[in-house]
Amino acid sequence: MPVLSPAILVSAVLNGLLTGAVYALVALGLTLIYGVLHIINFAHGALLSAALFAAFFAFRLLGIDPYVAIFLLTPLFFAFGYALQRFIIGPASHRDDRNMLLVTLGIAVIIENALLYAFRADTRTIDVPYAFETINFGFTFLAVPRVVGFAAVFVVALALWLIMNCTDIGRAIRAVAKERLGAELAGIDVAHVYAMTFGLGTACVAVAACLLIPNYYVNPSVGNAFVLVAFTIVVLGGMGSVLGALIGALLIGVVESLSGLFLGESLGQIGIFVIFIAVLLVRPNGLFGARA
Amino acid sequence: MSDQKFPFSRRQFLTTTAVGAAAAATGSVVMPSVLRAQGAPVKLGVLHPVTGALSYSGQQGRLGATLAIEEINAAGGIKGLGKIEAVLGDAQSTPEGGTAEVEKMNSAGVACIVGGYASNICLATTQAAARYELPYVVDVGVADGIVTRGLKNTFRFGPGFGVIAKTALANLAAINDQAGKPAKTVMIVHEDSLFGSGLAKLLNAQLPQQGFQILETIPHPTPTRDFNNVVLKIKAQNPDIVIPANYYNEYVLLARTMRQQQIKLKGIYSVLGGAASSYKFVKEFPEAAKFIMDCNHWFDPRSDKAQALKKNVEGKGQFFTYEVYMNYSCVYLIADALQRAASADRAKLTAALASSTFSGHVMPYGPTKFVNGQNEGAAPVNTQVLDNDIKVILPPSFANAKPVFPMPA
Amino acid sequence: MKTLAPIVAVIAVLAAVPFVVQSNATLNFLVVSLMVALAGQGWNILGGYGGQYSFGHAAFFGTGAYVTCILQVRYGVNAWVGFGAGIAAGAALGGVIGALAFRSGLRGSYFALVTLAFAEVLRIIASVAPITGAGVGTLIKLDLGAQTFQFQSRAVFYWVILGLVGVSLVIARLIERSRFGVWLIAVRENEDAAEALGVNARSVKSVAMIISGAVTAAAGCFYAQYFLFVDSGIAYGTWISIEALLTPIIGGVGTVFGPLLGALVVKSLGEGAKLVTGDVPGLDLILYGAVLVLVIWVAPGGLIGGLAQLRKRLMRGATRAAASTQGAGHG
Repeated sequence: MPVLSPAILVSAVLNGLLTGAVYALVALGLTLIYGVLHIINFAHGALLSAALFAAFFAFRLLGIDPYVAIFLLTPLFFAFGYALQRFIIGPASHRDDRNMLLVTLGIAVIIENALLYAFRADTRTIDVPYAFETINFGFTFLAVPRVVGFAAVFVVALALWLIMNCTDIGRAIRAVAKERLGAELAGIDVAHVYAMTFGLGTACVAVAACLLIPNYYVNPSVGNAFVLVAFTIVVLGGMGSVLGALIGALLIGVVESLSGLFLGESLGQIGIFVIFIAVLLVRPNGLFGARA
Repeated sequence: MSDQKFPFSRRQFLTTTAVGAAAAATGSVVMPSVLRAQGAPVKLGVLHPVTGALSYSGQQGRLGATLAIEEINAAGGIKGLGKIEAVLGDAQSTPEGGTAEVEKMNSAGVACIVGGYASNICLATTQAAARYELPYVVDVGVADGIVTRGLKNTFRFGPGFGVIAKTALANLAAINDQAGKPAKTVMIVHEDSLFGSGLAKLLNAQLPQQGFQILETIPHPTPTRDFNNVVLKIKAQNPDIVIPANYYNEYVLLARTMRQQQIKLKGIYSVLGGAASSYKFVKEFPEAAKFIMDCNHWFDPRSDKAQALKKNVEGKGQFFTYEVYMNYSCVYLIADALQRAASADRAKLTAALASSTFSGHVMPYGPTKFVNGQNEGAAPVNTQVLDNDIKVILPPSFANAKPVFPMPA
Repeated sequence: MKTLAPIVAVIAVLAAVPFVVQSNATLNFLVVSLMVALAGQGWNILGGYGGQYSFGHAAFFGTGAYVTCILQVRYGVNAWVGFGAGIAAGAALGGVIGALAFRSGLRGSYFALVTLAFAEVLRIIASVAPITGAGVGTLIKLDLGAQTFQFQSRAVFYWVILGLVGVSLVIARLIERSRFGVWLIAVRENEDAAEALGVNARSVKSVAMIISGAVTAAAGCFYAQYFLFVDSGIAYGTWISIEALLTPIIGGVGTVFGPLLGALVVKSLGEGAKLVTGDVPGLDLILYGAVLVLVIWVAPGGLIGGLAQLRKRLMRGATRAAASTQGAGHG
């Protein structure tokens, strides 16, 4: 049995928080899309893979450091997401939630295999000079890129909160999320709002990718590893709640870490889903979800 | 929507059966793609998971097989039979996908199938081929179950778990002894599906017999997003040796995380390590790869044919990975059997494979000898990353370097 | 019996296929398609008729597969008995998950994700538990013969799965025509209104889930007999959860033939894409995804819905033509 000293437990909790931060970055975009468009965006994982490839090539071909690439890729992926929703997903799904599910599924297949076709299946990594820099925390070393990611998630969450609460488009998004028909009658261009939301969600994914790439790898199906956890976090936190996604992600990160420590990495994965089921059985709308 | 509640019209009935019939019709003309080759009387099925989770390995496997076919055809094909026509198939990284391809290849009249790669795919595909007594040469799949079902059509060129675990342990003990037995404690980190679990089970049974103490066996899923906790446990228990058995991506993450946490070990001794004997890994992470030992499939470094193939593959911008040269060897094995059988008839080919004593391959196995479908001479080899290159350290007959153990600080 | 006549007719026609088609490749394709259709019909009962979209039907599929595998391999139980046990296990699991989920009032996407979570929990347990063989999986010994449910001829497997699909079609039809079906559809259309009218939504949904679980578990048991190897990724992986929901939605949710039609179309699409694009990895799947999106774009109610629309439009056109020739004032 492993030696479970306080040092290890604290380290595991810290690890969980840092991992949770990455999950949060992926989940923030998803919860926005979920909350407004009321769809489970199956394409989210594929978009993450695409963003990782973009970050990879930005570094390899253009020499742009991932942290700098954030400023380049975020607007790029925002536009991509906007166009995707405005011109493909929206029209194809005829505004029906169930159809959007299948359309995003189809798009996920297309994106993943387009990446496979274009770039082959090789796993790629980048080697930035700070990838192995660590902060000494007593018993454990915390990798600098992960700590940066942790800090960044609060910045992103704050930015999203500001957008949602202090801008016109944010108000429009919240209006559409709450009462679509009413918003439409009030003159809001719903198709535009949907597209803006999807764009914002995709932009979050781009940020996540840039923060993830120094310590991770890139291949066409890499995003799939995060999808289930991201969905779980979004629902756990309450769909559409930015705060819920953030807290849910950190919680899930810590739960995953501790259950991995006690049950082993394989069985430990169960912790995520058991907590999820437990929370939902008690609070059917998630931690911060609006009561139906 | 309302009259859809209890719909049933003649139109729908017709549509369902029409689609069914159309599907049947499409199916009956479903033909796997074929490489163009004029007047090629011998068809060889080349089946790999080129899409899906295993696509990298599948594509490497296909590369090795097709290179061999090209070479054989360039030299005039098989004596007496003519050129080989490759019938390519994509197993889509699932057993169902593999089975469907076997059916198509059978319909296309292949004389033999090579490939599969993953154990769970191979289990299904060899069985499907057995229905038609279609000879099947497994390229990699290491699960023992592949050759213990009594299927007469199944041949495995490479070693299975049992042999790999045994060789790995014997070699570890030898290396340890040679260095004065500095290592006693071991931790195993393995991926939790067929290959990793099966191997871990054998290691757990046999390591204590060699005098090692297993501190902990840590399974992890594929994919695993983060290894910090695993490395934390390693740090806490401070083993002398860590034995990883997993796929490339996880191996890389594990190695990088161990470096970040400044883990000091006497040795990293992987068994079927995903990256430990990978040129790609060495090239991309020279610091993390230093001194890592692996017991894995490896080519015969003394073979000129192997070196030529290596140059060819690297010239194409690909890494020289085990899937490439194992499939390459399998195709040559099949070609030799076809020649000896002097026919593409399945029964004759099966008999020829069963009695094969082929040494024109590029693996350090010696001449082939199949007993119940398993090539008896097949064995893994020990490598170590030294001087930014992968050297063979055991067995001495193939070695081109001496082991460095324990790892220098 | 009149309501079952179309089903009998369709099954009879499909049953004749092995006499016409000799190619084993085609038969294999059809067997797998029908298996997916069966899994989809299970989903359809809960999701199509009941409106409760599940993302975790793999839970039932895998349970059926594992139960029959484990009983045969570890306890020497007869394969047919194992098959029945697998179906029963699927039904029981449906009851358990339904009881938990519906008691908490989980709806919509929350329900969908809870089912996904259950499937994942089962997958993880199956990947480490010794009884399933953990990572190594469970291999059923190859032993051709009717009593071991392993047939030399693919045609026999085809007829077996066709029979199972036929039963599932009958079940769907009977549900449609029964009072239970009326309640179920009422719950789908508006659960609160249905409750107000006196329908016990919770028990109706639970019953639907039990039936749904049993049908999809049957597909899992069949998989085990056909491929003889099951591991946690095969049994409980998201692939089957997706196929089980994809086929009814494409074919037409809440219809008897939707899943069957959807399965045949989706699988044919996959094959067709491969034919068109050749060997280059990935290209066929890009085409597959694109056609999927297009199908939804063009026929959002699924194919059966799309056909009904077409029929309506044609009939409207015919009526208008008839009315105008009669000189009536209104169009």
